[in-house]
Amino acid sequence: MPHVVHADRVSRTFGTVTALDDVSLVVGAGEAVGVLGPNGAGKSTLLSLLAGLRRPSAGTVRVGGGDPRDPATRTRIGVTPQTTGLPQTLKVREVVDFVAGHHRDPLPRTELLKTFDLTGLAGRQCGALSGGQQRRVCVALAFVGRPDVVMLDEPTTGLDVTARMALWDAVRGFTARGGTLLLTSHHLEEVEALASRVVLVDHGRVVVEGSVAEVRARSTVRRVRWTGPDGPVETLEADADEAVRALVRSGVPFRDLEVGGATLEAAFLDLTGAGPTGAGDGRS
Amino acid sequence: MSTSTRATPRWAGRGAGRATVSTVRLTLLHTRYAVTETVRIPVAVVGTVVFPALTLLVFIVPQTALAQDPAGATGAVAQLAVFGAMSVALFTHGAGIAEDRALPWDTHLRTLPVGPVPRFVARVLLGAVFALAALVPLVVVALLFTAATTTPGRFLGALGGLLLAGVPLLALGLAIGFTLPAKAALAVAQVLLLPLAFAGGLFLPPSTMPGWLAAVSVLTPTRAGRDLVVGLATGTDVPSSALPVMLAWTVLLGAVAVLAVRRDEGRRFR
Repeated sequence: MPHVVHADRVSRTFGTVTALDDVSLVVGAGEAVGVLGPNGAGKSTLLSLLAGLRRPSAGTVRVGGGDPRDPATRTRIGVTPQTTGLPQTLKVREVVDFVAGHHRDPLPRTELLKTFDLTGLAGRQCGALSGGQQRRVCVALAFVGRPDVVMLDEPTTGLDVTARMALWDAVRGFTARGGTLLLTSHHLEEVEALASRVVLVDHGRVVVEGSVAEVRARSTVRRVRWTGPDGPVETLEADADEAVRALVRSGVPFRDLEVGGATLEAAFLDLTGAGPTGAGDGRS
Repeated sequence: MSTSTRATPRWAGRGAGRATVSTVRLTLLHTRYAVTETVRIPVAVVGTVVFPALTLLVFIVPQTALAQDPAGATGAVAQLAVFGAMSVALFTHGAGIAEDRALPWDTHLRTLPVGPVPRFVARVLLGAVFALAALVPLVVVALLFTAATTTPGRFLGALGGLLLAGVPLLALGLAIGFTLPAKAALAVAQVLLLPLAFAGGLFLPPSTMPGWLAAVSVLTPTRAGRDLVVGLATGTDVPSSALPVMLAWTVLLGAVAVLAVRRDEGRRFR
């Protein structure tokens, strides 16, 4: 598989703080990779290196074989701005045209606005849009230049379910046509929906890397569900066998016992050492 | 580099990147964008553009002796034109750039396929647009209410002189904008504005200055710019100190600005 994104033993320090420590990441053409990690883990730093915003302290970063700090390389990269960052006084149409002006063959404005359901908002100033609408504009901007690689940072934070589904469809359309996607999100559901592979970053290092199913399997956390006298109970258990034994020994009447694989979220919390590993910390 | 040996023809055949839009078109794009964005907040524009004309109206016009003396009035207008250029440099460039750098949108701009040159030139052009825009109400007030007079040749000469006088002031604005965080940049711009104006003889003519101030005045970039523009507008001699002082400030402040731009990766993300 050709490498579209290649970070080779990359480190980045800020003064005495090491934000990224010897991280390597390879993303093939048409792959969709989710970058996960707690706040301050180094996700943003990694993305900023891949987007050409910063120079690594050590190691090399290549996107499509070129340095992402070179404008010629950036013609094929699409990045979402942060929501709060849209120029408040400019109209949606003007912002789209401005970004499109950086490309020789941009997506026609009407087509872009239609794909992201923004047609009715074209004449509104960005500052007058709701948070969810601004978010959609931001994601749309990443696709203006017909990019080969799109980097989405928390694309659907603050969107309602309908808007999120519509946006996922648009992003899936991009990957289905062979586009390469890098995604960070706090919504693990979103990563499961859009990415085929996940990279867990913590303390500036890659902790786990693999397909969504692999990462889930790497975690020993299991979801245990049963219905007791007070109704349904769901817990996450580091040792599901022992949890079931304890349940039986306790003599509490129960039915509908179910032991299943953990969600990506549970696996993620488990693998970064931030998660619940005992009974009673369950989520329902 | 490391990926080239394994790259498929799809990537290898197309090289590392596509063709970018020409620098000239990108510069025009960014200038238009900056002007549109600034004009949408009218208070900012009015403050910069109208202040020199207002100063002329409130402080010079009532002094009949000065306002009705052709040479004196012309000099006063020229001084205020330099003041307009300075406030553009300090606020549009100095505080404005520092503010922009703190915005996430600025970070986004750095992911677009555009190098630093078009954005830089666009900022300079934005300043020139507003410095020239400030001249319009100033000249109108001067024509209506004072005896200020000039010839077409002198007017064009003074205009050129104003652009030249703007260069060290621009360097000052860039040095502030690229080295300081937004709040500090605004404070520094405000602190510098009046001393540079008074010491540079932009409000009161240098002939009225006490001896110590006159000595300091000659070394300021505003005084050098003022002398140049006043000389060209009134057809009098420009002191020989003007150009060397302007050049020295341009080199010094320009170097600070260039170093700061090179170091700048955006202050926002750590």
